[in-house]
Amino acid sequence: MQAKRASIGAQSIAIVDYGMGNVRSVQKAIEHVAPNDRVFLTDNADLINEADRIVFPGQGAMGACMQALNNHNLVDVIKRNAQEKPFLGICLGLQLLFDHSEENGGTEGLSIIPGNVVKFAKSDLKVPHMGWNTVKQSIEHPLWHNIDDNARFYSVHSYYVAHADPSIVVGSTNYGLDFTCAIAKDKLFAVQFHPEKSQHDGLQLLTNFVNWK
Amino acid sequence: MSLAKRIIPCLDVRDGRVVKGVQFIDIKDAGDPVEVAKGYDEQGADEITFLDITASHEGRDTTIHMVERIAEQVFIPLTVGGGIRKAQDVRVMLNAGADKVAVNSAAIFDPNLINELSKQFGSQCIVIAIDAKKVSSTPNKWEVFTHGGRKPTGIDVVEWAIKMTEGEHGAGEVLLTSMDCDGVKTGFDLELTKAVSDAVSVPVIASGGVGNLEHLSEGVLKGGADAVLAASIFHFGEYTVKQAKLAMQANGIEVRL
Repeated sequence: MQAKRASIGAQSIAIVDYGMGNVRSVQKAIEHVAPNDRVFLTDNADLINEADRIVFPGQGAMGACMQALNNHNLVDVIKRNAQEKPFLGICLGLQLLFDHSEENGGTEGLSIIPGNVVKFAKSDLKVPHMGWNTVKQSIEHPLWHNIDDNARFYSVHSYYVAHADPSIVVGSTNYGLDFTCAIAKDKLFAVQFHPEKSQHDGLQLLTNFVNWK
Repeated sequence: MSLAKRIIPCLDVRDGRVVKGVQFIDIKDAGDPVEVAKGYDEQGADEITFLDITASHEGRDTTIHMVERIAEQVFIPLTVGGGIRKAQDVRVMLNAGADKVAVNSAAIFDPNLINELSKQFGSQCIVIAIDAKKVSSTPNKWEVFTHGGRKPTGIDVVEWAIKMTEGEHGAGEVLLTSMDCDGVKTGFDLELTKAVSDAVSVPVIASGGVGNLEHLSEGVLKGGADAVLAASIFHFGEYTVKQAKLAMQANGIEVRL
């Protein structure tokens, strides 16, 4: 009886693994905040469709990521799931949601969210933008629960989201200029930084995602 | 409020154990890398770097298992260096939970290696580690050395740093160690740090020579480093990472507290 109750309470969280980047860190962090849930890495469309929540990480180059998503036949699956259930994009998992990126001589994205991804302009600032920077929360959101405004998160990226619709922007960071580092639309939330590597505040954000109603 | 300068404690590991141990308070097993990593995490370290000095294959398996155990409990970036020679070595470390790998000698034997690794794994996780030794003061010149500073390569450090980080598939970061200063505790080679930091467009981690907290600030303010790495001042409880950050902040440097 007890076992049955536990299995009813447990939810499934699919981390989309299409061969790009370090998904183990993401998995370990989610398992840490959701020890009773079923957390798994997968590129299987059925498992992604059945999961209660989706985490969509991504590292490396945008062109290679889109290629990998195509190779794994995941483009339509991601598009559908991003609009149907709690969905968390991380790093390139944010950038991939947009129409287009300047990376790799120009790469088409998933076009789930209107907007473009551009490279940090040449300046005195080092690129990639690497390390702990502050995140300004533009609006209240369940995923910011228990996280201070201007808390620091760990980022590493050379491209950033530009021209996003202001109504979906929930967080921004300054690095030479203010850029969008977090967006939210319906059940979709996506961040440029790495919550899985951002210590207490990062784990809090993942906890908030796992509990997001 | 902007990007913080990073403080990175560095640990030598052999066969999955921390060599020499770390003697700060409240640590049960000074040789257990998980305990040590947790300790630095609690003190507010921005990242942790492990330098693997394991010689045997069996020992390397133990180190991989060590990375796995740390990644389960410590949620800040982990870098592993030492013995990374090919794509498979990188894959194994990333799968274990490392976030970045540092490549040193192997890049000298195969100058195309960094390019290949960055292409495959993304430049964000490939660090070029350079061991530098001063060979001239008029003008200042530094040469890349291998084998812990014993073997000269004839390669100029600044030129090498540019070559390893330029283009679409260069390394995403430079870990720059002065072999002249390493272990001497008289501070970083600031001229070296400045020369490399000015020459490359990616972040530079200064390493080698930290003996007190002022040295850390100098690395940033005079050397232009984006991050400072230190070992012994933290290992033996002389200073905590938190104290180091407060000292840097007092010098006007932005840190994560």
